[in-house]
Amino acid sequence: MHHTARLIKMANDIGHFFNSDPDKEAAVDGVFDHLRKFWDPRMRKEIIQYYREGGSELSELVRQAVKRLELEQG
Amino acid sequence: MSKFEKDFGTPASPSDQLVTLEIDGFKATVPAGTSVMHAAASIGIEIPKLCATDSLEPFGSCRLCLVQVEGGRGYPASCTTPCADGMKITTQNAKLAEVRRGIMELYISDHPLDCLTCSSNGDCELQDMAGAVGLREVRYEPVKTHLNAEKDDSNPYFSFDPSKCIVCSRCVRACEETQGTFALTLDGRGFDSKVSPSQNQAFMDSECVSCGACVQACPTATLMEKSVIEHGQPEHAVVTTCAYCGVGCSFRAEMRGDQVIRMVPDKDGKANHGHSCVKGRFAFGYATHKDRITKPMIRKSIKDPWQEVSWEEAIDYAASELKRIQGSYGKDSVGGITSSRCTNEETYLVQKLIRAGFGNNNVDTCARVCHSPTGYGLKQTFGESSGTQNFDSVMHADVIMVIGANPTDGHPVFGSQMKKRLRQGARLIVADPREIDLVKTPHVKASHHLKLRPSTNVALINALGHVVVTEGLVDEAFVQERCDVVSFGKWKSFAAEERNSPEASEAITGVPAAEVRAAARLYAKARNGAIYYGLGVTEHSQGSTMVIGIANLAMATGNLGRIGVGVNPLRGQNNVQGSCDMGSFPHEFPGYRHVSDAATRQLFEQNWGVALESEPGLRIPNMFDAALDGSFKGLYVEGEDIAQSDPDIQHVHAALRAMECVIVQDLFLNETAKFAHVFLPGSSFLEKSGTFTNAERRISPVRQVMAPLGGYQDWQVTQLLANAMGYPMNYSHPSEIMDEIARLTPSFAGVSYEKIDQVGSVQWPCNDEAPEGTPTMHEQEFLRGKGRFMVTEYVQTQERTNRQFPLILTTGRILSQYNVGAQTRRTDNVAWHAEDRLEIHPHDAEDRGIKDGDWVGIKSRAGETVLRALITDRVQPGVVYTTFHFPESGANVITTDNSDWATNCPEYKVTAVQVAKVSQSSEWQRRYHDFTEEQLHLLDQASLHS
Repeated sequence: MHHTARLIKMANDIGHFFNSDPDKEAAVDGVFDHLRKFWDPRMRKEIIQYYREGGSELSELVRQAVKRLELEQG
Repeated sequence: MSKFEKDFGTPASPSDQLVTLEIDGFKATVPAGTSVMHAAASIGIEIPKLCATDSLEPFGSCRLCLVQVEGGRGYPASCTTPCADGMKITTQNAKLAEVRRGIMELYISDHPLDCLTCSSNGDCELQDMAGAVGLREVRYEPVKTHLNAEKDDSNPYFSFDPSKCIVCSRCVRACEETQGTFALTLDGRGFDSKVSPSQNQAFMDSECVSCGACVQACPTATLMEKSVIEHGQPEHAVVTTCAYCGVGCSFRAEMRGDQVIRMVPDKDGKANHGHSCVKGRFAFGYATHKDRITKPMIRKSIKDPWQEVSWEEAIDYAASELKRIQGSYGKDSVGGITSSRCTNEETYLVQKLIRAGFGNNNVDTCARVCHSPTGYGLKQTFGESSGTQNFDSVMHADVIMVIGANPTDGHPVFGSQMKKRLRQGARLIVADPREIDLVKTPHVKASHHLKLRPSTNVALINALGHVVVTEGLVDEAFVQERCDVVSFGKWKSFAAEERNSPEASEAITGVPAAEVRAAARLYAKARNGAIYYGLGVTEHSQGSTMVIGIANLAMATGNLGRIGVGVNPLRGQNNVQGSCDMGSFPHEFPGYRHVSDAATRQLFEQNWGVALESEPGLRIPNMFDAALDGSFKGLYVEGEDIAQSDPDIQHVHAALRAMECVIVQDLFLNETAKFAHVFLPGSSFLEKSGTFTNAERRISPVRQVMAPLGGYQDWQVTQLLANAMGYPMNYSHPSEIMDEIARLTPSFAGVSYEKIDQVGSVQWPCNDEAPEGTPTMHEQEFLRGKGRFMVTEYVQTQERTNRQFPLILTTGRILSQYNVGAQTRRTDNVAWHAEDRLEIHPHDAEDRGIKDGDWVGIKSRAGETVLRALITDRVQPGVVYTTFHFPESGANVITTDNSDWATNCPEYKVTAVQVAKVSQSSEWQRRYHDFTEEQLHLLDQASLHS
């Protein structure tokens, strides 16, 4: 599997877990926090780049979390 | 029984009440229920005995231990006579001496008089007793004897010589009471009585699991280690800790000079209480196996021959390569992997080297591929990445739920303890796709076997939670007092949804709803309900979710914070817990503190004298991806064999080939070393000092008993590399490393070698609040404060069966082999398991025309390999199973890159495959064979050049 494709799958898998939280803001926090705490910067950079290019295969929840990552990293 | 430890004859009494009696005029105060024999031994009076030993319940058959009780009638056996207040005992007088001599005369009349050439000479209880009773003649001339009874040498590790047997039944009782296998019986009556493995079979053909308990219990040379027969009696002993599974058994390495004669389980060991398994007891020969590589080697390319060099040259080359790579590709282009087979001190040093010396957080450990979801899940819910109990807690459990674990194979000594509790009447629930031995074993039968489909754990745990929530089985008081009630409310609403009911889940899990309901009620209503789980929980795409689900269930039912309950991960390797504790994960410093935490980082920066990175580093699978992307080029691997143990190994091999410098520190040229540029000889657990931390958080000593064959202990090698990298390390002993760990890690604040030497072992947290350690976690409150519930939605794995791959492959381990097999394959344990086989259900085999023993190809979307078939209904239709102990089996050629969402722990337990009868090995196996031949040839050339 191509590296970016693997990251998309990993991010969406994280989204699947937090998506079950009925509080959607908390769910976005969960995904954001997970990416922030567990992903190496180069992985975060790559997923942000993918998001900037449209990020079509990211779930909506993950898109929101990655958007926050992008804002944080400027 | 070994000469190196005192035998009290009968077990100690657990009673808190004391009684005082007089023995031969001396006062003894002992717990009520103590036998007269034990009480006498406790004040230094040795009553003769043969059938008694303190690891077994008293039996009272040899009659040698009889004593006289003032005011009593006859001569009762001291082993079966409990002490009472005011009792007056005489252990020696003329009448007792006469009776004992008479008994010994009978024993010796049917025993070979070959003491001088007997392997037990100097360590024989029969010989000792003959001396103790003053036996001077044997008047009997028996018409029949057992002196010509045939010897059984079938077991590779011990010999059974019935001509020396006194039929004391200690071996039979050890097999029952200690091991719980019931492989031995006394067959026949009177003169014909004899010890019989299974149905009068040879040991190797019987149900014997070669744990060694019978050998340990034997008072004569009847059951004797072959190593003692070959080399003679040991002359000194050192207490150390086993380097196999996560039970962490304490052993005495019994030595002659620097040669290990035998490993004997230490009855003072708090994890194993004098018991052992076939690996720890007997499989230590790998340490001196001819395959050990003891000289450092380097090469430019993996196509080049190895070149033996001095330590200085090897270390300088390794450091210069790492520096060159960092100079060319950036400081984050290198990293390291440590192992659960390393000591705490070694692991700590590797992560320190990487964080402080390499300047990044690219450090990971093999727990990534086993229990990383445990670390994540329990930290999120309880606040600490560890199990909650000690092993002895199981003896207070009333209902035991085993999920995705196979204790009798994976954690055999704890498995025996669990079986003992089950024989006492505790109820058992097993959740496993496969019929593990515990489901039905002598005198143990699971109340419920929830035979779920692989990958459906979370649906099952949600169904169990549904029953608890909807049938009023929540421990409301516990939840209100101990847990975060907002999170509980969310979880309760979720669990109560009809879609999580056992009836709705049955279509997913395949487990009948009634069974699930009954199991949930049994667990929830138990006075003490305890959950034990293994890699069948963690190695899934929802591994972390399942760990959280288990924590939810335990909190909801109040089964935490006291003895007999808890959430207990059974760790695979000896130091999984310790390697995680020591900060081996890329996002955490020692003590599970995130690298982004400024205060913690400052603490380490001040102590280590360098600025530290605040961003998490790469995890093992991320390292492989980064290597293939070109941003990760150098790797230091200590004690781990990623090229065999990690999933989708063709991907791993490609990543290793893409790196410019792979440094392997190991005992053998393992699979990873075949891709290496620098080989640094490692040291076995016998050659170094340190500590291991077992699955119950017990920190136990590893003590050096022989010099390192390569010249250095592993921690010294890491230190050499650090110094060559320009980061100074100057430890003179591993105790100094532990002192640093204690200084920087609050949960280890009270740990020191001095304390471990004093108390034997200690469970963390060990600090000012708990100076003697912590057997039970979260007693008053959870480490995070309130226990946190989390919603655990079941998400179907993306690894699904289809027409092309209609079966599910799941992988596991077997008693006699250990992990990648690098150690056990180099011992006589191969007598039990010489190859990995594919277990397949008779229906699936018949559909494919497969017969037992046929070669079958197993193909997944990742790759294909070939194994021999083992047809068995232990697996359910649609599921096949294999082990991964032999590299040529290629089990991980088939496993895929699917992994746990939170931790990237691989989904080893679920791979969609097809199986077909074949006539030749797979293409991968042929390539593997050629590559291995090439690498062994390049290794041979190193020897020639030296």
